[in-house]
Amino acid sequence: MSIHARMMSALAAAAAVLAAVALASPAGAASFDPKTFRLASGLDIVVIEDHRAPVVHHMVWYRVGAADEPPGKSGIAHFLEHLMFKGTKLIGPGEFSKIVARNGGRDNAFTSQDYTGYFQTVAVDKLDLVMGMEADRMANLAIPPDEVEREREVILEERRSRTDNNPGALLAEQMTAALYLAHPYRIPVIGWMHEMQGLTHADAVAFHQAHYAPNNAILVVAGDVQPEAVRALAEKHFGPIPARELKPRKRLQEPPHIAARRVTLEDARVKQSSLSRYYLAPSYSTAEGREGHALTVLAEILGDGRTGRLHKALVVGERAPAVSVSAWYQGTALDLGSFGIGGRPRNGTDLAALETAIDKVIAELLENGITEEELARAKSGLLAGAVFARDSISTTARIFGSALTTGSTVEAVEVWPERIEAVTAAEVLAAARKVLDPRRSVTGYLLPKPTT
Amino acid sequence: MVKSPGGIEAWLVREPSIPIIAMEVVWRDAGEKRAPANQAGIGGLLAAMLDEGAGDLNSQAFAERQQDNGISVSFSAGRDHFSLSLRSLSRSAGTAFELAELALTRPRFDDEALERLKRSIATQLIRDQEQPGTIASTTLYATAFPSHPYGRPQRGTAESVSALGREDLKAFLANELTRDRLVIGVVGDITAEQLGPVLDRLFGSLKAKGDPVAVAEQPPALRERPIVVDRDLPQSVVQFMGHGVRRDDPDYYAAYVMNYILGGGGFNSRLTVEVREKRGLAYSVYSYLIPMRESGIWQGGVATRNDQVAESLRVIRSELDRMRKKGPGEKELAEAKTFLNGSFPLQLSSNSAIAGTLVGMQLADLGPDYIDERPKLINAVTADDVRRVAERLLDPSKLLVVVVGRPVGLGG
Repeated sequence: MSIHARMMSALAAAAAVLAAVALASPAGAASFDPKTFRLASGLDIVVIEDHRAPVVHHMVWYRVGAADEPPGKSGIAHFLEHLMFKGTKLIGPGEFSKIVARNGGRDNAFTSQDYTGYFQTVAVDKLDLVMGMEADRMANLAIPPDEVEREREVILEERRSRTDNNPGALLAEQMTAALYLAHPYRIPVIGWMHEMQGLTHADAVAFHQAHYAPNNAILVVAGDVQPEAVRALAEKHFGPIPARELKPRKRLQEPPHIAARRVTLEDARVKQSSLSRYYLAPSYSTAEGREGHALTVLAEILGDGRTGRLHKALVVGERAPAVSVSAWYQGTALDLGSFGIGGRPRNGTDLAALETAIDKVIAELLENGITEEELARAKSGLLAGAVFARDSISTTARIFGSALTTGSTVEAVEVWPERIEAVTAAEVLAAARKVLDPRRSVTGYLLPKPTT
Repeated sequence: MVKSPGGIEAWLVREPSIPIIAMEVVWRDAGEKRAPANQAGIGGLLAAMLDEGAGDLNSQAFAERQQDNGISVSFSAGRDHFSLSLRSLSRSAGTAFELAELALTRPRFDDEALERLKRSIATQLIRDQEQPGTIASTTLYATAFPSHPYGRPQRGTAESVSALGREDLKAFLANELTRDRLVIGVVGDITAEQLGPVLDRLFGSLKAKGDPVAVAEQPPALRERPIVVDRDLPQSVVQFMGHGVRRDDPDYYAAYVMNYILGGGGFNSRLTVEVREKRGLAYSVYSYLIPMRESGIWQGGVATRNDQVAESLRVIRSELDRMRKKGPGEKELAEAKTFLNGSFPLQLSSNSAIAGTLVGMQLADLGPDYIDERPKLINAVTADDVRRVAERLLDPSKLLVVVVGRPVGLGG
């Protein structure tokens, strides 16, 4: 139960890429055209109509994630997400998902650094039911203590599956810890093993008390619904839950970064070495002007798997040093974002040679900028992606939920295509020069352990 | 249902509310299983090569044309079937169909692209040896199907892939991607009148008929003792296999309901309740049916600390046994049916998903009325049907089990 951070970063990057609509399409396609409300208790509501099928995707997002955890309690945000399925005053442990299934629906939840989300996909006539159940576990969570003991074993197994059994994930965890000197993004969402082992029932209850309130939540409903009907249902279920005083989301901030960092993981399980690099970057929320959009365009120009500069320079051709390369921008974050590059060398090329070759591509871009042709191509791909995003009600809902829990706005999502369209080559170059600074980076090597 | 002037059939759902088109095409029985053993992996290589340039467009130009127009044309090969998946903005549909036509009729198979993709596959084959899940499933299939193409690694082997050349790809394309094997689903802002001529352009020049494919039952070879692949991991990755059903099996719906209750129902399945919720042994435990064309497979998995593998397997086996002996409870069965009927329409909420479902229905030889028939077929399954099919398929003492890791106490 949970899509945790490491997966989330890829997903959030995709969401940023997809973050909006078809304004650019000459076909004149409309935008998502969301309707928004706020209840007296402070609950924000976003409704996106899609009447193609009698189905609805119902999500409750909390403006709390792993980066809001108390020191020493890493993993509690995600652990609580699991425990939210362990019962309320009305519903027994494990019953939540059974009731959803019995009503023909699917449900799950996820946790990231900045948000925690719960969702159900159901036939539209079950919206009343699932909204009532979400409101119930917001207000009346009642976790039996023995469930905490068993579920802790489950999250420890989850950590082993996702991280400890996977050298690439272990390196990413170490690199992230090195990228942020102070900010809690350095701590993995799933938690450090030794801290997870000490998480208690009281920790979970305290975290729920502190953060799960209507004035810290966003209800997103996408599908075959009328906005006014959703508002009425929300009043009925969430209206009676009182607002709670919330502490401001203030995380430790980064000091200046003055030294490039390097992390090497040698692991006997690795058969094929690889390298990656993370740079500190502004997020969509912290960026100036169109900087976030420019970085999104930059990631396409550098990293597209077929037309990107890194692919053309390092993968194509007889003497190409790499078998694959990538670049990504993670801009969906309340605080800092990140920009990343990765590569796998072909047999016989070492990582240092590949790194030199990557740096040459970057240096050339920083020196001469990008072409108008590259700019136009990257925009076409991104704007088409925004139209394709509308094909899925769950993707649509997720775009709004992640935007609103990371300091962005409905308006920003709606004008995303226009802003992408407006990005200039000069803006991309300026953003690249600012972000692709080695002093603000971590370079990671994943290597086989030499046999002794 | 659309029939082109040239006689090619497709299923079409017109959906003008979103300006995109989704097309799914499957060549039935044209998958990896059609490759001779020394060409294992040819399906995957061909799929990767088909969008690497065609006609006057080299690899770069072909990719640029897609990105410039909001188009995705991609191919893939499974064990049974070969597929094309096309997505396009409605306004670029003409270009999208043109690119797909070029890919199928005038692929270049340039040396540079071929060598590059062979390097890429060679690297992936090495990486496969890092992934406990891939090691487990490769071992599982190799053991279950020792003398059948299903038992081969899907990507092929370093030797088989390195030996493949452009003539091999051309021959596979010409002989396997034939018109008689086509199954097509289209959803989007396009009419039947517009689609018909497109079908002829895309597929009209393919060979009319492929060699007949013998679709014979090949049950997985099961065994009593677990296979342990020793790897120094903190958590063992376990996969297991039993008998399943093919899609045309009279017990298909009984098996479908049985698997949902046993291990297919996510948080509500018996395996999850017993292994995860009651005992905290694992984060994930699951099972599913794989109705292959030539075999019925029931497969599942669990990942757990090395010292809990034996206990997890004991619990899983005892759940198989309980299902065989007692079947489902009446309430449990009713709830399973409610879910399986109620959740089906949920997957029909996007153009892409509907296109996939249209193809799936045709592959299973179902008619368009299946949407209405399906609930009746599921509701007709009785508790005794479920118990009987479990008894027929699942023998806890003959479960093929592969453990990748250092499990403790599995010896006995």
